[in-house]
Amino acid sequence: MSYMEELQNRVNTIKQGGHEKYHERNAANGKMFVRERLEKLFDNGVDVEDAFFANCADDTLPSDGVVTGIGTIQGQKVCVLANDSTVKAGSWGVRTVEKMVRIQETAEKLEIPMLYLVDSAGARITDQVEMFPGRRGAGRIFHNQIKLSGRVPQICVLFGPSAAGGAYIPAFCDIVIMVEGNASMYLGSPRMAEMVIGEKVSLEEMGGARMHCSVSGCGDVLVESEEEAITFARNYLTYFPANFRSKPNITDSIDTKKMDQTIADIVPENPNAPFDMYDLIDGVIDADSFCEIKKLFAPELITGLSRINGEVIGIIANQPRVKGGVLFPDSADKAAKFIQLCDAFNIPLLFLMDIPGFMIGTHVERAGIIRHGAKMLASMSEATVPKISVVVRKAYGAGLYAMAGPAFEPDACIALPTAEIAVMGPSAAVNAVYANKIAELPEEERAAFIKEKEEEYKEDIDIYRLASEMVIDAIVQPNDLREDLINRFSVYQAKNVTFTERKHGVYPV
Amino acid sequence: MNEVKASMAGSIWKIVVDEGDSVTAGQDVVVLESMKMEIPIAAEKDGVVKSIVKAEGDFVNEGDVLLVIE
Repeated sequence: MSYMEELQNRVNTIKQGGHEKYHERNAANGKMFVRERLEKLFDNGVDVEDAFFANCADDTLPSDGVVTGIGTIQGQKVCVLANDSTVKAGSWGVRTVEKMVRIQETAEKLEIPMLYLVDSAGARITDQVEMFPGRRGAGRIFHNQIKLSGRVPQICVLFGPSAAGGAYIPAFCDIVIMVEGNASMYLGSPRMAEMVIGEKVSLEEMGGARMHCSVSGCGDVLVESEEEAITFARNYLTYFPANFRSKPNITDSIDTKKMDQTIADIVPENPNAPFDMYDLIDGVIDADSFCEIKKLFAPELITGLSRINGEVIGIIANQPRVKGGVLFPDSADKAAKFIQLCDAFNIPLLFLMDIPGFMIGTHVERAGIIRHGAKMLASMSEATVPKISVVVRKAYGAGLYAMAGPAFEPDACIALPTAEIAVMGPSAAVNAVYANKIAELPEEERAAFIKEKEEEYKEDIDIYRLASEMVIDAIVQPNDLREDLINRFSVYQAKNVTFTERKHGVYPV
Repeated sequence: MNEVKASMAGSIWKIVVDEGDSVTAGQDVVVLESMKMEIPIAAEKDGVVKSIVKAEGDFVNEGDVLLVIE
């Protein structure tokens, strides 16, 4: 055998990954082989792959269970690490970890996005001294992720388990896409939970994809198949620049989706009646451009990337259809992360307000709604990208603040004619001010008194009065909203400000 | 069997179905009033209303069962 043949043979063997039976098991579970995933992810396969021969001295560990390299997604070069679950269940040995650390360092050096295709059982206990505690042990992977955060987009696609320490890889990414049925995240397996704390629980219940995307908020996007996950990741990247130094690409403007209703039809006159905020979003953005993040988690607040006149815009919108659009600890948390994501990568923000305020009551106070709400305010306040807030209907109490109200330096706070801005709604306010007086009145006079005071209150907070006081910058016809936003965003894109000088804030986490 | 639960704390403003009614997934079955807002609660599954657990005017906490669909 010539040396050329030897190389070719070795390459061929390593490329096949682990034992045939593991390939069969993957196929039975709807899972692709790691190299097949990469073929589908990239425009033209992997461009550059390093440490392909890692651990080739041991022929049971091809590439030491992880593929690392650079490929192209819709014209953009990206770094990738992808676990091979056919090699010791994708577990991490010392060389696996070193490969992962090195590709992160490459992403940092080249300032290009970093993708994590995770499908791993976690650390190889047999290698622990070499791969766990040291300077270039697994801890360095997380340290690098934290350092890369906000410098380059970091995307995690979870195809399988991400267990124990490994569960922190998704935790430090900008976005986590999870395949239902196969993806999971947990610190201790159900077996361990039963052994250590005596809990009997299924994997799906404790750390499954649907649970994380709808309850814990550790997952952002739930998909049904690996193909769908890859398609989502490819599309998601089109909304982002390569790094924090640049802006997202502008595409051709597309008209809004064809709709039966205008924005004026969508917003009901009764301020307490629900409507579907998705309809209003459709009335403003380019057709089919909405890329929703955390759709299943805290749905009383909608967050997503979109395009308006071809320009990428991040939308934060209250959803009156769910829980009245009231902010809860989870929705505030969801908003805080999304705002940070957009601000980090120069994506302007649009706040669509219809909010009765933050939730009150024992349940949410015990859950720390004040500090979770403070998180949202802090991220929103610190965001220096162009920011426009639109008062669609109600903006009551701290809800106005959290949704980029006038005090938080939005480039504009504009209102539709249906807008109502106040500390609280009319009936709550009248009750708060006149409760004693109402109680003293004879029963038959109360209704008339309340109505009179409510009318007075409504006049006091009339939207034209607030425009007169220059609280809001403009009142816009509902059906001209898109046009107005296009004009404003095109003007504000020149904005270049620094929030304040300091090392960093002491955040209300 | 499927339990329809309160999505948030509030009082029951309207129960818009009766026991024995057929409902489809996504159909509003109860309207809560909370934070001065009308909060529609929809059935998650198709079925027949087996029992109505709460009455109009009752205060309910997040997660309380409002009615049961079979």
